Amino acid sequence: MATAAPGIMATGGAARAGMERSEIVAFVLMLAVLIVAPNVVYPLFVMQVLCFAIFACAFNLLIGYVGLLSFGHALYFGWASYVSAHLAKVGAIGIPYWAGGWHWFVIPLPPMPPEIAILGGTLTAAVLGLIAGALAIRRQGIYFAMITLALAQMMYFFAIQAPFTHGEDGIQGVPRGVMFGLFDLRDETTMYAVVLAIFVACFLLIYRIIHSPFGEVIKAIRENETRAISLGYKTDRYKLMTFVLSAALTGVAGSTKAIVFQLASLTDVHWAMSGEVVLMTLIGGLGTIFGPVVGAFVIIAMQNYLSGFDQWVTVIQGAIFVACVMLFRRGVIGEFAHILRIKL
Amino acid sequence: MFEVFGIPSQALFGQLLIGLINGSFYALLSLGLAVIFGMLNIINFAHGAQYMLGAFAAFFLLQYAGLNYWFALVVAPIVVGAVGVVIERLFLQWLYKLDHLYGLLLTFGLALVIEGTFRNFFGSSGLPYSVPDALRGGQNLGFMFLPNYRAWVIAFSLVVCLGTWFLIERTRLGAYLRAATENPTLVRAFGINVPRMITLTYGFGVGLAALAGVMAAPIYNVSPQMGADLIIVVFAVVVIGGMGSIMGAIVTGFGLGVIEGLTKVFFPEASNTVIFVIMAIVLLVRPAGLFGRRV
Repeated sequence: MATAAPGIMATGGAARAGMERSEIVAFVLMLAVLIVAPNVVYPLFVMQVLCFAIFACAFNLLIGYVGLLSFGHALYFGWASYVSAHLAKVGAIGIPYWAGGWHWFVIPLPPMPPEIAILGGTLTAAVLGLIAGALAIRRQGIYFAMITLALAQMMYFFAIQAPFTHGEDGIQGVPRGVMFGLFDLRDETTMYAVVLAIFVACFLLIYRIIHSPFGEVIKAIRENETRAISLGYKTDRYKLMTFVLSAALTGVAGSTKAIVFQLASLTDVHWAMSGEVVLMTLIGGLGTIFGPVVGAFVIIAMQNYLSGFDQWVTVIQGAIFVACVMLFRRGVIGEFAHILRIKL
Repeated sequence: MFEVFGIPSQALFGQLLIGLINGSFYALLSLGLAVIFGMLNIINFAHGAQYMLGAFAAFFLLQYAGLNYWFALVVAPIVVGAVGVVIERLFLQWLYKLDHLYGLLLTFGLALVIEGTFRNFFGSSGLPYSVPDALRGGQNLGFMFLPNYRAWVIAFSLVVCLGTWFLIERTRLGAYLRAATENPTLVRAFGINVPRMITLTYGFGVGLAALAGVMAAPIYNVSPQMGADLIIVVFAVVVIGGMGSIMGAIVTGFGLGVIEGLTKVFFPEASNTVIFVIMAIVLLVRPAGLFGRRV
């Protein structure tokens, strides 16, 4: 590990210690909106936004702060969703082995409570992230994006072939269950509270990561990797660690989504999902704390309210992509913060 | 009939042929990507969509203008290449000074727009495009049956690939192109119009994709998403080969097509994933790719 004094890279010491005022105001505002929201719109809709907001925030950790564009984050989202759905519904784990033909060694486990299911999904995503990340960081820039995309596509084909995912049907009718033996998630309000709690925890964790000495190092890598190396940082390790963190947090999002919607399907692991999270982050603002949350809201709202337009949604998403890249690369929150000269 | 490793020769050579066909398309498409990347430093995510446009152009030409396959082979790449030129002038030229990733994101957005639009009008099921009359039928080679059209695709794509290699590596124009890739400012100082060269290079790469699309039309159906999944495999091919060398792209494309075909014979479950597995192994052993320079 790099042993250079942490904090050397930190600028403006004291200001870093706590949240900036603009960030606190925005955070309180966001929390207030999220507490009121289920009374105004469908709770299920808000929960979907929250799951995707975690997803987009986790993705943003990678592109916004290390400058690595992963085009395969559906891999972690989808597989976490599958594992979590499987654990909550079936529980039993089968391990294939070769003995003159493929056999299954089945560990007969009962269906698990939601907290274990989510944990299982998250761990799966972290392990997959470790493997894919270790491969992908061997190449840089544009190759990194292509490698992550290709690996995700490979795991998409595995998801089609693996028996436990039930192919085209997906894992349906996943029971929500009772969390910690206390919170009955079949109750919509309890479910909402749990999802909100998970979202806030992830959001604050990401905020903490970004503003930690570790976060300063990854931002240094984004700005000038060669310089970071010359300062003695093992940049590959930092990149890999951030990749795993991002994958794991994506896993939280995917697992929670599977419990909320009681469904894990091929859509979650398809490359279009990887594209969607890129779009969410881009539209909200790369490298902003609140941007991905806003971006997730915009895209999910669009999908829900424009669902009558069917295939045109893809076209509109594509057009937004083009518009974002050509016209406002800072994204909604980025532009907003830039105009008001505040940090968000 | 004879058997190789317990597999009937018919099946083995049949899959080998399919592998070569797929390899032709991998080679043509990765060649286009490599040419574009060399000049523009952009990964053209819309390459799959442009391949699809080529196939549709052939379909339209036959359906509405009565122009057959041979016309399509010439006209479709020019038309779609012209679309590429427009895309470059409208969008891409503003992105060269930015991070390369924006080019990827922009072309991804364009691919969504193009493929989504076609899906709206033509649905997901494919439209048939018949094999041109002159190439109907096939040859019985004794150990297998070789359809004429498939032989044509392999031969013609080889010619196009080698022609492109010759154009870039052995002609004066190619020399300008390579020089401009190395140092655009210096080449401009010599009085060569580099921006126009960049525009035309993009058009050329897109035209190659469209040409592949026309050739694919009689084999696979003409469908809006024919390029979407293919392009991801081609990305893996590009990662394996490395984009530094034109010949590398050609060899890797054909080679991987053959390996994929053979996998279908010996281990069918893995045929979808074998190229990605090879990519992972290559990344472990030779991170820069088989023909790539370390970047």
